[in-house]
Amino acid sequence: MKIALIGLGSVGRGVAEMITKKDLGLTITGLADSKSGAMDPKGLDIPTLLTHKKKNGHCGDPDISTLDIIKKADYDALVEVTPTNALSGEPAIGYIKAALARKKHVVTSNKGPIALANKELRTMAQENGVALRYEATVAGAIPIMHTLEHGLAGNDILALYGVLNGTCNYILTRMADEGLTYEQALMEAREMGYAEADPTYDVKGIDASIKLVILANNIWGHDVRLTDVDCTGIDLLTPDALRLADDEGCTIRLIAEAIPRKNILRVSPRIIEKSHPLVVDGTLNALTLETDMAKEITLIGRGAGSVETASAIIGDLLYIKDRYDGSA
Amino acid sequence: MKLEMKDSPGQLVAALKPISDVGGNIIAVIHQREQGSDHGILDVQIVLELPDGQLEKLVVLLKEQGVHIQRIGEQRLLYKRTVILIGHLMHTDLSDTVDQIDSTGYAEVSELAMSMPAVKERSSSRLTIKSVTREDMESAIAILRRVSQQKSLLLIEPLEESA
Repeated sequence: MKIALIGLGSVGRGVAEMITKKDLGLTITGLADSKSGAMDPKGLDIPTLLTHKKKNGHCGDPDISTLDIIKKADYDALVEVTPTNALSGEPAIGYIKAALARKKHVVTSNKGPIALANKELRTMAQENGVALRYEATVAGAIPIMHTLEHGLAGNDILALYGVLNGTCNYILTRMADEGLTYEQALMEAREMGYAEADPTYDVKGIDASIKLVILANNIWGHDVRLTDVDCTGIDLLTPDALRLADDEGCTIRLIAEAIPRKNILRVSPRIIEKSHPLVVDGTLNALTLETDMAKEITLIGRGAGSVETASAIIGDLLYIKDRYDGSA
Repeated sequence: MKLEMKDSPGQLVAALKPISDVGGNIIAVIHQREQGSDHGILDVQIVLELPDGQLEKLVVLLKEQGVHIQRIGEQRLLYKRTVILIGHLMHTDLSDTVDQIDSTGYAEVSELAMSMPAVKERSSSRLTIKSVTREDMESAIAILRRVSQQKSLLLIEPLEESA
């Protein structure tokens, strides 16, 4: 199956490298970063292009734009891994629509478009008879969408609880284990590369809220929005609060929670028993689903990382390859 | 609760079994065979702790055992939840915050642990709230949410899974 890969940040590089390294029946025929593009219907020489990017800051021909690749390259599935814009979703929404309009499958790790325009994009994919998949938008390598779609098919999902932001989980783990203040733990997270220079999206719970919206819409299809989430961050937590929780055999974690029956859609720091399966250490993510038949299912795994996220994207691509016989 | 059952071997054990079946905890069993009391009927008083909402189920199970319930006594505060409050707790009148729960009559703050760092810094406290029913607890937590918002306190609730 032929792939056009848009975006060459950490995730895009991971996807390119794994497709090149592993014999998966996937060929990259289009490649674009923010400054240039390259295409070849017979398959691009990825190692050379990546080396070129390392040396010169761009991978291909500066005269070929991302939209040129999407509209002109010969491919079956678009992998859209450009940076997230949580407010407008652009330019990614435009990229995805352009590919769907050409009846090409789309796989994305981009939370903006899926949180903001899920319904519209899904409808468009359906009308064009192609797939739109976004396993990588939530909880990195954890195959939550596949689990919901296949493993738990036929179950009613009654509730979901998740640790969906690795940065917050790292900060809380360090505050609990070492008695660090929030500021100290945040500084450490930055040094380790787990927190952005501007950590607002993570620590205020916005990133976790966006993922909760994506999950909730995927499961229940109620078309909820970011503004529907009752959201509290972790930036006002004190080491004393963690100690007070610890005295009772508990700790504090940022939990995303959705219970449609009770109208709950919430991201907030919560007191939770240390032995609870959602209490995972460091940057790990975890998700508990409550279902009518399977009862509770908890998935734990890496929520971020180049190759980890590539795992989710490649899982989506191979699903499409099997399902649609490799052609768009 | 006060029970009445046949005074024959095995009857008492049969009457106690449903309590553990519904997850209850027996605190005391008092039974007295009074002189000249009824023929073959045993009166038993049991003090027990039950998980919230299990009383009705227990009543049904006891009836199935042929046990007659004479009286169900006072229900005590059995539902417990622990929350943490962070903020300027003293400046915002902590005793008033506690009193807003206590004055409901259906819930009370049964424990308070507190840490107070430097005077101007935010303090943290852990409150244990008790109530009779789950609904009362929800109402108490709702009050606490409202008060926290008014006083700009951060309320950290426990994760209560329930599907």
